[in-house]
Amino acid sequence: MSNELKVTTMQQFMAEGREPEILFWVGSAGSYDDRAKKITKAFVRILNKANVDFAVLGSEESCTGDVAKRAGNEFLFQMQAMMNIEILNAYNIKRIVTCDPHSFNTIKNEYPSLGGQYDVLHHTQFIKELLDAKRLSLTEKTFKGKRITFHDPCYLGRANTIYDAPRDILKATDANILEMKRHKSTALCCGAGGAQMFKEPEKGDMDVNVLRTKDALETNPNIIATGCPYCNTMMTDGIKAHEREGEVQVMDVAEIIADSEAL
Amino acid sequence: MEYLPNILFAIILIAGIGYFAKNVKKLIRNIKLGQDVNVSDNKNQRWKNMAMIALGQSKMVKRPIAGFLHIVVYVGFVIINLEVLEIIIDGLFGTHRIGLKILSESVYGFLIGSFEILAVLVLVAVIVFWLRRNVIKLKRFLSSEMKGWPKSDGNIILYFEVVLMCLFLTMNATDTSFQALDSGNIISQFIAHWFNGFSEGTLHIIERAAWWLHIVGILIFLNYLYFSKHLHILLAFPNTYYGKLTPKGQFTNLESVTNEVKLMMDPNADPFAAPPEGAEAAVPAKFGASDVQDLNWVQLLNAYTCTECGRCTSSCPANLTGKKLSPRKIMMDTRDRLEEVGKNIDANGGEFKDDGKQLLGDYITNEELWACTTCNACVEACPVSIDPLSIILEMRRYLVMEQSAAPMELNNMMTNIENNGAPWPYNQMDRLNWVNE
Ligand code: SF4
Ligand code: SF4
Repeated sequence: MSNELKVTTMQQFMAEGREPEILFWVGSAGSYDDRAKKITKAFVRILNKANVDFAVLGSEESCTGDVAKRAGNEFLFQMQAMMNIEILNAYNIKRIVTCDPHSFNTIKNEYPSLGGQYDVLHHTQFIKELLDAKRLSLTEKTFKGKRITFHDPCYLGRANTIYDAPRDILKATDANILEMKRHKSTALCCGAGGAQMFKEPEKGDMDVNVLRTKDALETNPNIIATGCPYCNTMMTDGIKAHEREGEVQVMDVAEIIADSEAL
Repeated sequence: MEYLPNILFAIILIAGIGYFAKNVKKLIRNIKLGQDVNVSDNKNQRWKNMAMIALGQSKMVKRPIAGFLHIVVYVGFVIINLEVLEIIIDGLFGTHRIGLKILSESVYGFLIGSFEILAVLVLVAVIVFWLRRNVIKLKRFLSSEMKGWPKSDGNIILYFEVVLMCLFLTMNATDTSFQALDSGNIISQFIAHWFNGFSEGTLHIIERAAWWLHIVGILIFLNYLYFSKHLHILLAFPNTYYGKLTPKGQFTNLESVTNEVKLMMDPNADPFAAPPEGAEAAVPAKFGASDVQDLNWVQLLNAYTCTECGRCTSSCPANLTGKKLSPRKIMMDTRDRLEEVGKNIDANGGEFKDDGKQLLGDYITNEELWACTTCNACVEACPVSIDPLSIILEMRRYLVMEQSAAPMELNNMMTNIENNGAPWPYNQMDRLNWVNE
């Protein structure tokens, strides 16, 4: 197992006069949040393994503005968006992959009318591409027979009707995929969206993540899989609320693929 | 004298339809109080959506039991209303069962026979609906916004349907010439037995009474629509046509903001330059929405179309965990406020007089708005393509951009984005630190 991550910034590509195959949009959570950084690294290990010539923006990346927009601050959103678009366009970026469904949704759907048109993929879609093209193959299958349930992130599922890509790649690990009662278009939110991640919830009788984790636990899983750093935090906290930590793990699909191959 | 019934019929018909037309006009005026929005794109897709979702009820059947029963009532309602056509012609021209003169006996019998079967199916479905609302007590019909009028409204419609269907069957059962024909009286022949021993004259009186009550009932029903959630039987069609076509996660980009941000980011722009002629008028009075007139007209159409079925609320994560937010209430509040504004305009000779109230605060509270996770579950669940989330977002925009009234934690988060380009207080220069950690 090599711990060396091969990560090149767009600036370096530029200096070498090369263009990357994709730009990996790391996102704020993926850059700073301790749990999310592990997802970022898992995905990079996959990219390295499949020899994908990718770039990151590094310190030139800034918040997509998604969370400001959902909070109602359209000014801040558009400022962030236009700043990012300026950089992306200056580097002539064509294809963007991200592990964060919120960045995915915003860049894919809300940037175009502000001047930023790119081919945007969620990392589960890109991993599926790698598998389909046989650039990546799963041979060790450490997760064979493991009970895995997938929680659909709202901004991947309902927001963009991407339900199959994450499931397809999970199936490739030969794990036993279980569906919660509410799944795909009827999946319950983890409770983080719409800027909830950054504030205390309103008064109620339960936290959303606790309810959603209950859905997941009803399938009696070994692992709850997600495809979003915020869902990951929410479900991990939910497991703690149900006092099932240690028994049930919360993992990103990228982590499952990377670990499956002991990358 | 001999034309008295015809004249009476014509008067009732004109009054019924006239009053309805008056209310439709009011409805259209109220909807037009909303901001303009361009929905002239993708006509093919829009027609398709209307055909699938409104006509084909594709979203209804996602909940199979309610969906199936609803289709029965819907198909029954539409088809049995063909019978109304005959009633109107008969009423105006003093004919009796004009259909028999136009169609062959067997075709006519087939038609009426299917109407009778449908009438029975509708009766059964309506009884199950009533039980769901009143005996089984489904949770989504018990929420706080479903007290009072909305609750009665739901039941009144069911009683209406029962009465109309019974009148239709009675009318056929007591029509001796129709029974003598013995074609199409599939159900009514059994009901006719109950009237055995009645004199011809009495039967005729009952038949006439049922006939008149049936058509008067339908006209009352038509006029009841405007005051009821039942308006959806008409508005579901335009509403699904104008429904959102972009991915659910895509929120609108405010154009007025784009212009200002571009100006701010343009190094060549002179901040002190006078705005070009006419530009001032283009700047909107406010960002976001605090009252119904700030919403766009499709959102107002949404409000009138809402059936109060609660599918949205029963899938809302905030509502399911006991928060005050209910997307159904958002729609009902919007409609109630719009009606209030409409009445205000009527009372003040066509102009709205400030009544010191608005949608935000007097109907919808900040607490409700901030509980939304923008998860789109409500939009997905709605059987008639209503988008409660878009209204929530417009009102958040008003709170944040006009009033700076976001919760404190969110203000901190936004300050962080402004300063560090991330919602947390980390240095932008450290974005790549994870590589070597
Ligand atoms: S988008 Fe908001 S209102 Fe709609 S279901 Fe989700 S949390 Fe509830
Ligand atoms: S918005 Fe749609 S789902 Fe919600 S109550 Fe109204 S009709 Fe039903």
